Amino acid sequence: MGKARLAAFRRKGSGAPAGAQSGRARPNPNPFEVKVNRQKFPVLGRKARHAVGQPGVSRARAVQKRTQTLLKEYKERDKSNIFTDKRFGEYSSSMSPEEKMMKRFALEQQRQHEKKSIYNLNEDEELTHYGQSLADIEKHNDIVDSDSDAEERGTLSAELTAAHFGGGGGLLHKKTLQQQGEDEEKPRSRKELIEELIAKSKQEKRERQAQREGALELTEKLDQDWKEIQTLLAHKTPKSENRDQKEKPKPDAYDMMVRELGFEMKAPPSNRMKTEEELAKEEQERLQKLEAARLRRMRGEDMGSDSRKPKHLSADDLNDNFVLDKDDRRLLSYTDGKMSVEEEQSREASDGESEEDHHEDPSDENVEESSDPDGHSDLDSDTETEEDCGRPDTEPRLAPQKRLANNGHKAREAARNELPYTFAAPESYEELKSLLSGKTMEEQLLVVERIKTCNHPSLAAGNKAKLEKLFGFLLEYVGDLATSDTPDLGVIDKLVVQLYNLCQMFPDSASNSIKFVLRDAMHEMEGSVEARGRVAFPGLDVLIYLKIAGMLFPTSDFWHPVTTPALVCMSQLLTKCPILSLHDVVKGLFVCCMFLDYVSLSRRFIPELVNFLLGILYIATPNKHGQGYTLVHPFRASGKNSELLLVSDEEDTATWQRTGLSLRWASGLKAQTKTEANHTRLSCLAVCVALVKHCALLYSSLPAFHDIMRPLRALLTEHLANRTHPPELQELCQSTLSMLTDMGKQSQRCRPLVCEKSKPVPLRLFTPRLVKVLEFGRKQGSSKEEQERKRLIHKHKREFKGAVREIRRDNQFLARMQLSETLERDAERKRKVKQLFNSLATQEGEWKALKRKKFKK
Amino acid sequence: MERGPGPDGARRALGCLLEAVLASRGEANAVFDILAVLQSEDSAEVLEAVRACGRLFAALLERGELFVGRLPSEDSVLAGSQGATRKYKVWMRHRYHSCCNSLRELLAHSSLEVKELALSTLMRFVQLEGGHPLEKPKWDGCYLFPHQLFKAVVEGLLSLEDDCSLLLSQFREYLEHDDIRYHTMQAATDIVVRVANRYPEVPLTFWNNAFTLLSAVSLPRQEGRTSSFYVKHAKLSQTWKVVHLKEHRKAFQLMWLGFLKHELPLGLYKKVLVIMHDSILPHLAQPSLMIDFLTRAYDMGGAISLLALNGLFILIHQHNLEYPDFYRKLYGLLDPSIFHVKYRARFFHLADLFLSSSHLPAYLVAAFAKRLSRLALTAPPEALLMVLPFICNLLRRHPACRVLVHHPLGHELDSDPYDPEEGNPAESRALESSLWELQALQQHYHPEVSQAASVINQALSVSEVSIAPLLELTAFEIFERNLKKKCQESVPLQFIPAQGLLGLQDDLCAQHFTLS
Repeated sequence: MGKARLAAFRRKGSGAPAGAQSGRARPNPNPFEVKVNRQKFPVLGRKARHAVGQPGVSRARAVQKRTQTLLKEYKERDKSNIFTDKRFGEYSSSMSPEEKMMKRFALEQQRQHEKKSIYNLNEDEELTHYGQSLADIEKHNDIVDSDSDAEERGTLSAELTAAHFGGGGGLLHKKTLQQQGEDEEKPRSRKELIEELIAKSKQEKRERQAQREGALELTEKLDQDWKEIQTLLAHKTPKSENRDQKEKPKPDAYDMMVRELGFEMKAPPSNRMKTEEELAKEEQERLQKLEAARLRRMRGEDMGSDSRKPKHLSADDLNDNFVLDKDDRRLLSYTDGKMSVEEEQSREASDGESEEDHHEDPSDENVEESSDPDGHSDLDSDTETEEDCGRPDTEPRLAPQKRLANNGHKAREAARNELPYTFAAPESYEELKSLLSGKTMEEQLLVVERIKTCNHPSLAAGNKAKLEKLFGFLLEYVGDLATSDTPDLGVIDKLVVQLYNLCQMFPDSASNSIKFVLRDAMHEMEGSVEARGRVAFPGLDVLIYLKIAGMLFPTSDFWHPVTTPALVCMSQLLTKCPILSLHDVVKGLFVCCMFLDYVSLSRRFIPELVNFLLGILYIATPNKHGQGYTLVHPFRASGKNSELLLVSDEEDTATWQRTGLSLRWASGLKAQTKTEANHTRLSCLAVCVALVKHCALLYSSLPAFHDIMRPLRALLTEHLANRTHPPELQELCQSTLSMLTDMGKQSQRCRPLVCEKSKPVPLRLFTPRLVKVLEFGRKQGSSKEEQERKRLIHKHKREFKGAVREIRRDNQFLARMQLSETLERDAERKRKVKQLFNSLATQEGEWKALKRKKFKK
Repeated sequence: MERGPGPDGARRALGCLLEAVLASRGEANAVFDILAVLQSEDSAEVLEAVRACGRLFAALLERGELFVGRLPSEDSVLAGSQGATRKYKVWMRHRYHSCCNSLRELLAHSSLEVKELALSTLMRFVQLEGGHPLEKPKWDGCYLFPHQLFKAVVEGLLSLEDDCSLLLSQFREYLEHDDIRYHTMQAATDIVVRVANRYPEVPLTFWNNAFTLLSAVSLPRQEGRTSSFYVKHAKLSQTWKVVHLKEHRKAFQLMWLGFLKHELPLGLYKKVLVIMHDSILPHLAQPSLMIDFLTRAYDMGGAISLLALNGLFILIHQHNLEYPDFYRKLYGLLDPSIFHVKYRARFFHLADLFLSSSHLPAYLVAAFAKRLSRLALTAPPEALLMVLPFICNLLRRHPACRVLVHHPLGHELDSDPYDPEEGNPAESRALESSLWELQALQQHYHPEVSQAASVINQALSVSEVSIAPLLELTAFEIFERNLKKKCQESVPLQFIPAQGLLGLQDDLCAQHFTLS
């Protein structure tokens, strides 16, 4: 392979050997000079490049080339002088010999024209034209009327140029020769000659002009004729032309219709309107889908990435569980000149922008209307902004509120109408508080609603952040409301809906806000636990936060960034906070209710809750035996709070009615009378027993149900034995107890545990790796860079080998040359020696002959 | 006596008196004036007086102007016909004595500054008196130490009424010195015995003070250290008891045994037991003597038993203590409160040690595992995260116990054969049971607990899980960890729209609570 490749890398600059090409082109008749490279297998359509080699020819070529280059170098090796041909372009192979000649000539001329010294101004240089000195030509003394108009084409007539530039020596000579032939006897002067020339050229010019005018005239005439004929040909055209000049033709109504219909944008096929059943069905399907997702999360199936296993384990698998499952590179994009990295954000922003244009008018209108003194315009603006909002569920919810507000309090309406219609989103909590404080519940809701609509993220780019902040502020406001002395639970109740809506819009920031308040509460508790070893029940705000967290986020998830910490927080409340008062009992029971609500769908087991209920039951038990149960941490078997829920007054017991506990109890409401306190105690007990019942239902399927519930059962039995409770409560206890025992019996079939059979580890099968061959003749199965690298390595190797071979051959060639030189030198010396000997012998012979002659003489 | 107003005036006046007394013996009666100021109401004046006394008697002690030897009564000497110098010396010694008494009373002064100054002055006297003994040496090179004075100081520290912890923390500096430490131990032993004998109901403050003092005494681990003496001696003799660490240990042991012999309040029991393994047991001459105390504490039950475990373990482990029914008692200690007490980490660390032996019978380990898992039904998540690996470790160590989680040949049972009331692990029938509790905990609300409990579903891995990092886990750490965990996708949301705080009908909160 590559036999024709010569060491071009060493000796550049030599012209391509012409001989080689001719040698190649020539068909070689001698079969003995041809080497045939046998192909292993024939491939159709492939051109065999080196099927036939001509070793003799290529060797000759190589030798020839070496003689031209290497040998030359070798011969000049000791010479310090080198002959450099400085002629222009001598070594440039890109110029043709003709070009070289031209350039050289130009250069020569230029050199001649160059001044000897640039300061020598007086040095006159001889200007030439076509080798003729201009000074000579000037002697003609011609006055040429060089009217530029005359030269239309930019080319001068031969005579003229000859006359002007004096050059055209040849011409002149020719002419003179001709004229010499005509009228030798009267040689005209140079002036005459020129004049004649001028006259001639002028005439020529005039003729040309006339010709052109004639042609123009002819065309005009033809046009006229054509117009006349045209009127004959079509009658209408001139009329329409005239009309066009006067007025636009009135389009026919029918035509218009047809056109319109023809060009009208075809409406894309849209979905047909859905019937109510279909809508309901769709909604149901949506809910089902959400429910399925919830169940999946509850079971923790998609917990972490570890569950995401690759299906097929290849033999080449490194066993490091590496799967490239998601390309998490951020996409870079630009929105209004700013670089934004997150794709989502940019989408949002651009959405906002595009919608901004659409909604500019309504918002402007809003502003105008707000300045409008007419109060009733709020309906319009609200509906408009609701359209912007694009949330179907806000409308029905808002409508009744508004109706209520409009119908109900006429007196207050005037005041409410004074509320501004647009609100800037509050930048700080104090701002929000100042907006909301001192207003009625409806007004507060309206304000929040308006803030939300005015700052909908589709209206402006920064609104998203504003509303995200609004969520945090609202949460803080709710906390403040709950911690005040008389908590405004009604407002909280309604604000929760707003919080829910905001949360649906911005889940991430909402979860962060909730996490933040929870962390605050936990930090407070932690500090207290570390300092004093125990902590009092926190205020109503923490409980409300926990409740809100449960309403905004799914509580049944196996793991959830918000609800799992919330669960831990509740567990802490139940285990670390000792029960010191009736308020604590109510708070604790509220936490229990929330806890059970959290796990109502997932049916998860809460040990702390069972302990707490046990403790509550215990502090309500009159005569304790303490058999079959043990109290745990926040409760003590004896102490001043061990009989907190005990009701000894029989009258109070008799008058008790089962009612819901008021949340106000949790916020420091004081019992007015002893009877009221006693009633609350009984209510607490009733709630506690009801919760026990709920637990029994919830946990009936747990394998250790009996063991979990045993202490509760023992305490309930004690309760029943006392018979001091009101009949309703007694009944509740009875039913709960029977349920506990029944459930216990049902689930008492204890089956010994058995581990899941672990699957036998399959032998690793070393399956061959199959790779699709996409293109033959290429190195396969790697990336582009890898391929390129391999190609380069291969090329380098080939080149290296070739270079080594060439150097070897060069050396051989040189050695051969040296040998031949030596041989030549030796032969020469021998010849010379021989010659010397010859001459000497001849001399000797001559001398001897002379001597002999002498002797003879 | 003429005095200017304020402490400055008092200082100047006292300075004059002091110089007068030191200058000539004729002015000696001025000492009474100085001593009188010690009883003053103003604490600033008292401070000045204490300083003056300190300087005065320090100078006198150094000059040797106090009577050396057995002190005769003042009246007899003054009445007798001895020389004037002797009379002066005896008289001055008596003044010195009364000064020491007043200073000792000042240790119970209301102002901390006065107390501290009194203590340092007394200790200075101790030092000087040790250097210039006030009693005649019985033989040459005899070890002399102002026992009387020092004992009075220690007695003042171990007050019956006041909490002297601040003063004791100052006294702790002196305990660096070998001789002070040795004599403190002796004095403390005596005082504890005397107080306990004198009063039928010893006040709590005394015990607290005594414990603070006793726990402040720490012996060096090894003898080779150069001993530092508070009282400077010309040369140390090997015949002195103070020099030897062995004697120190004996005194230390006597002191603690004497202290622990008495009925201590429960809080103090805990405190003693907490430092027992670290700072008491290693320094006793015969650690096995502590066995009585430890067994008594171990039998007490509750947290005290848990704490006594540590000391017992050291005795069993290092001193060949044979403790019958140790495991049975350990088993008895397991009750629901262990997950809630403060010493949970220590207890489980020790329990892990006790149960790490592979020579334990399977029934015992099974009983422990079953008991712990039964208790786990009432444990908070932070304890569960520790105890579940603990149980799994038990099963790993003792393959015979694996029937608890894997019993393919077992028959279906009517009820759990395990008897939680039985105190003897051998008869609790734990091996016939299964850990259904862990199966129940797989439904725990906390995901990590649920995962930890699900380990038993598969065959247990061979290597144990180290529970050391889990021992100190608190709920707050779990909370933080959960908060910091990143959610990969966006946060899932509740799809049932909220309708108010108590909006949903099937909500338990809505059923049982009202807003109004």
